[in-house]
Amino acid sequence: MSFEKFLFYLFAVFLIGAAVMVITRKNPVHSVLFLVLAFFNSAGLWMLAESEFLALALVLVYVGAVMVLFLFVVMMLDINIAELRAGFVRNLPVALVVAILMVAELVMVLSPERFGLKHYAAPAPKPADYSNTAELGMALFTQHIYAFEIAGAILLVGIVAAISLTLRRRPDTKYLDPGQQVQVRAADRLRVIEMKPEEKA
Amino acid sequence: MEGLVEFWNGLPVVIQILLKIIVIMLPLMILVAYYTYAERKIIGHMQVRMGPNRVGFFGFRLLGLGQPIADAVKLMFKEIIVPTGANKLLFLIAPMLSIGPALAAWAVFPFDAEWVLADVNAGLLYVLALTSLGVYGVIIAGWASNSKYSLLGAMRSAAQIVAYEIAMGFALVGVLVAAGSLNLREIVLAQQGGLLHWYWLPLLPLFVIYFVSGVAETNRAPFDVAEGESEIVAGFHVEYSGMTFAVFFLAEYANMILISGLTALMFLGGWMSPFQGTAIESWFDWVPGIIWLLLKTFIFMFLFLWFRATFPRYRYDQIMRLGWKVFLPITIVWIVVVSVMKIQHAPWWFN
Repeated sequence: MSFEKFLFYLFAVFLIGAAVMVITRKNPVHSVLFLVLAFFNSAGLWMLAESEFLALALVLVYVGAVMVLFLFVVMMLDINIAELRAGFVRNLPVALVVAILMVAELVMVLSPERFGLKHYAAPAPKPADYSNTAELGMALFTQHIYAFEIAGAILLVGIVAAISLTLRRRPDTKYLDPGQQVQVRAADRLRVIEMKPEEKA
Repeated sequence: MEGLVEFWNGLPVVIQILLKIIVIMLPLMILVAYYTYAERKIIGHMQVRMGPNRVGFFGFRLLGLGQPIADAVKLMFKEIIVPTGANKLLFLIAPMLSIGPALAAWAVFPFDAEWVLADVNAGLLYVLALTSLGVYGVIIAGWASNSKYSLLGAMRSAAQIVAYEIAMGFALVGVLVAAGSLNLREIVLAQQGGLLHWYWLPLLPLFVIYFVSGVAETNRAPFDVAEGESEIVAGFHVEYSGMTFAVFFLAEYANMILISGLTALMFLGGWMSPFQGTAIESWFDWVPGIIWLLLKTFIFMFLFLWFRATFPRYRYDQIMRLGWKVFLPITIVWIVVVSVMKIQHAPWWFN
């Protein structure tokens, strides 16, 4: 077994193990941390597939920012685990149907008859100076520019919606405008007067 | 010499890489140790004190140069206390999560035109991804300690780092646009041509924003609300003692050196001589590139200490305002400016 194959199986086993832990841990903080581990291992897999940009972007965006906010929220919430587990039996039939459907779909798409090496030949390894990032950028900004721009516009709408939902006017706060704060000069507020010392009678 | 080269080439690749890692890590660790000494000395002098001046070697005081060693030995022999109700595993993993990324980022750091451990295409992205992971050490430490002060420190740190990372990332996008490469070595090579060709000039706002965001990312004064000793004791590491605390300490200083080094690479021309292209260039031909790089790095390392001695701590809402409402818009505007300069081949950086 070549070293790359060994790495692939290592990452794959860790990925699946971490993914199982995410849904079986009782403590939500542990679940989030296992999700981080899962992201790491899938980044490793992508790295093996020579897509270093996607791998690093996964770590940067999901591990570095999204999961931090996740942890932030999970740590702040006082989650009642008993309450979360209460609906398990009631929801089980629906969940089972969804799970079986998904497995069936995966089997149909990824079974050896349709997804084997003879249908999709392994791509030739790229030379060392091949820049995955540049290629991706070229494809995104030429061929797929409309899809890219539309996705960007949708995200922008999302940002505006999120901000407008959380924005509230609060007239009772003692907020000071920093612009006015820095313009304050001593002369506006303080008057130094000269006077003779008062003599006590 | 020939025999040595032959011996080196005969070694297995794994051993070669391990030896290279040691060659990077050992000086780095010594630098970290003496950075703490420099901090105490420099801030001491700024505050008209002497700083540590007692511990020396073999009975000689030597200006207190033995202090970092004494501190390290002391911390190693102290007891590691795990608080009641703490999550023991996470409590002990947190310091490692904190120092791991701080050290791993050095893998792609070019010390000279040829001296780099891993010359990867997406070096800049790798560095950015790794520096964004340092926050996990802080958050997990804060949560696993089972202490209110720790949790407060962790929350502050998480919000702060997520905010400043965006500004930092955008500043790096500017560098990437200017250099046209994600490879750190090529970014330095793109700045060829002396002091005025380095990116600090065309990217001046990004340069300032990158360094200030770096100060915020490392939780240093004036952005040290995560520690905030006057409000929340010591923030996320209030429950840590002995070696676990020392590792947090090491990570903080290793991160400061990393940020300083990266700023030198991306905005001050890395290992290149500042006199390139001037009449006195040949006078400095004998200076190895790494000396220039170290000198540039030391400038920023000194700034970290100077900031700490000078500025009062930011208020929390001011930190958020600075990150989101000042830095972010400036970086976005400047990326557009850089792109225009690049397309128009603005003299003399981009022609």
